[in-house]
Amino acid sequence: MNFKRPRSLKDKVTHYCPGCGHGVVHRLVAEVIDELRIRRKTVGIAPVGCAVLAYDYWDFDVSEAAHGRALAVATGIKRVKPDLVVFSYQGDGDLAAIGTAETLHAANRAENLTCIFINNACYGMTGAQMAPTTAIGQKTATTPEGRSPQEGDGYPLIISELLARLRGVCFVERTTVITPSDVLKTKKAILKAFLNQINKRGFSLVEVLSPCPTGWGLSPQKAAEFIKEKLSREFPLGVIKDEA
Amino acid sequence: MKEQNKVFITGNEAVGKAAIDAGCQFYAGYPITPQNELTAYMSRQMRKAGRVFIQAESELAAVNMVFGAAAAGARAMTSSSSPGISLKQEGISYLAGAELPAVIVNAQRGGPGLGNIGPSQSDYFQATRGGGHGDYRTIVLAPTSVEEAYTFTCLAFDLADFYRTPVVILSDAIIGQMAEGIVFRPPSRKYSLPPKDWALGRAKGQQNIIRSLYLGERVLEKHNLKLQRKYRLIERKEVRFRQHLPREASLLIVAYGSMYRLAKDIAVELEGKKNKKSVGIFCPLSLWPFPYKALAQACARVKNVLVLEMSYGQMLEDVKLALGRQKPIYFFGRAGGEVPEVDEVCRFILKHKLI
Amino acid sequence: MKLEFIIAGFGGQGILSLGKIIARAGIKENKFASFMPSYGAEMRGGTANCKVIISSQEIASPYINHPDVLIVFNQPSWDKFRPKLKRQSLVLLNSSLAGFSPSYRIKVIACPFTRVARELGMEKAANMIVLGRLWREIKFVKELTLKETIEEYFSSRRDIVSKNLEALARGKEL
Repeated sequence: MNFKRPRSLKDKVTHYCPGCGHGVVHRLVAEVIDELRIRRKTVGIAPVGCAVLAYDYWDFDVSEAAHGRALAVATGIKRVKPDLVVFSYQGDGDLAAIGTAETLHAANRAENLTCIFINNACYGMTGAQMAPTTAIGQKTATTPEGRSPQEGDGYPLIISELLARLRGVCFVERTTVITPSDVLKTKKAILKAFLNQINKRGFSLVEVLSPCPTGWGLSPQKAAEFIKEKLSREFPLGVIKDEA
Repeated sequence: MKEQNKVFITGNEAVGKAAIDAGCQFYAGYPITPQNELTAYMSRQMRKAGRVFIQAESELAAVNMVFGAAAAGARAMTSSSSPGISLKQEGISYLAGAELPAVIVNAQRGGPGLGNIGPSQSDYFQATRGGGHGDYRTIVLAPTSVEEAYTFTCLAFDLADFYRTPVVILSDAIIGQMAEGIVFRPPSRKYSLPPKDWALGRAKGQQNIIRSLYLGERVLEKHNLKLQRKYRLIERKEVRFRQHLPREASLLIVAYGSMYRLAKDIAVELEGKKNKKSVGIFCPLSLWPFPYKALAQACARVKNVLVLEMSYGQMLEDVKLALGRQKPIYFFGRAGGEVPEVDEVCRFILKHKLI
Repeated sequence: MKLEFIIAGFGGQGILSLGKIIARAGIKENKFASFMPSYGAEMRGGTANCKVIISSQEIASPYINHPDVLIVFNQPSWDKFRPKLKRQSLVLLNSSLAGFSPSYRIKVIACPFTRVARELGMEKAANMIVLGRLWREIKFVKELTLKETIEEYFSSRRDIVSKNLEALARGKEL
């Protein structure tokens, strides 16, 4: 394994909590960009959420976007500069709650974009409130008794499966980062999602089930178990669509 | 008056033509009356010119696509009418915060809420006071004719790039939908525009970040003070107005946009009745920055001031700020999609003995 | 010279096209012209009207207080704009769809424009029949200008040009 810092990653300690998945996925994105030699023509869209400061860690151009609008901003950039490689990096609230319309329509227009979707089943930054992807029974700051569809909290939103139904979408895979082999699979998926864009294949999305020990009130080990035992049952891992 | 090559075109289409001529590379919009002619025009002309047109899924998406295009260094525009402009406020605040140039067109209609599709000037507060959250201003230009709709839109792109700020074209259902025979005149003032080294994807070695988030002690304050310095500069440099001040005028009508045109008819009508030119007109062309000083000077010789608006008194507040207690200020306004009639305004002026 | 027209009827009766053609004809002869449409939220069947001004001077407001010419295609339009008339106004009224009291003191030319158009097999060209009849009354532009304007206006559809010119000619004879 190569432990050198990727060129696309700055030499900086992240502000993420112990056991958080963001650091791992940031690095995977940076490695892929290095390997594809596209650092100078890559633009990332940072979400509103814990990863809003991603530009402090990545060493390529980044734009913020208003909460939920990452794929609209990405659309604007990519359409006027088609030679750039543009990706959004979004959390579950950003992508599947406040930004559902922007997500769905960017995908449906077959925008030639890459979307990295970090699903940690809660709103990490604001204090772990219920997200659209919160598991049934999962306790959060706004579901103190656990998420209850019977009480009107709704069901975990399987946005990736919904997007996979759209003709504009070429690739959707769900992975996680709790074991080394999961990390390798995630990197492979991210590489594929970037390659699809370079080969003008349309919209690609990689959903990463990402641990949030702080938000979940669990130790990093227990958080990994929660993904394995609970979250990956609501959100099955694997390739959901691959037409590339 | 022998003008050749006049083109018969609506105000909305003139805005679109201006965007094409000004090198607008990106347009995103969403259908809403009374600005549909503009979206339709852009759908035809942008793609024909090899540029980008997107019919977005919402006003929110449209303005955020414009954010992206502007962040990548392209000239970008979106347009809508009042209810849609309310939705765009999120994006306008972010554009202002991230110091991105963009042009936003509002063909105002009746409000509040869904209101109606008649002409109105009830978005003056929203346009001139920022409109979204945070301490910011947008340059606001108010065309009084189809020809100015063209010229001001060309100018708006230059101003947006020069100051790195969103610029609003505030028209209404009258200026937007009316058609006139016009000549396409580019703006007379030229701005020397620096290259957009700050834009995304420049590959110059440095990392470019487009942001409006500034955490840490006094970091955001510093950014805000920088914006404020820019706004003070705009207030000094970009005030625009037009005035007609006959020597014997005893009344000054203050009106902008389509109401300036009505004021001209009122002045002619009263001239016929009184047999002298007793009415002057002051028309702000930039609503922000508002021509406070020029208005105060214009009022020096008249006895009374009448503010004429298609609202219940929005620009009126700026006129009061300009004049204080210097002169008696009267107000005539109709809104809800209704247009004041020359006759009723004349009756009001005569009844209150303003001339 | 300044002429103010209000043209009103149902959406789909060619109200706006008629207004645009009058304004364009004015511009063709180097006059100033303005065209101001007003319509309901619906595309067809609702009320629509437009205000057109042709003038040798620059035009201030595109709105019209008291029209020189009122063209009405239906009853609601007649009811709406009748109070706006002045003594010198000229009215062209589509008697196929609107009635009026003959005791009225203003000059009213009432013709069954819709029926005449239908007899010619081109109901949609009723507006051009009105235009022909109007031109017989007020020669606000040269006849050639009017014809050229119609040709340009419908230039994308040649077959429609000849039909409209035919309707214009028929209007002049009414």
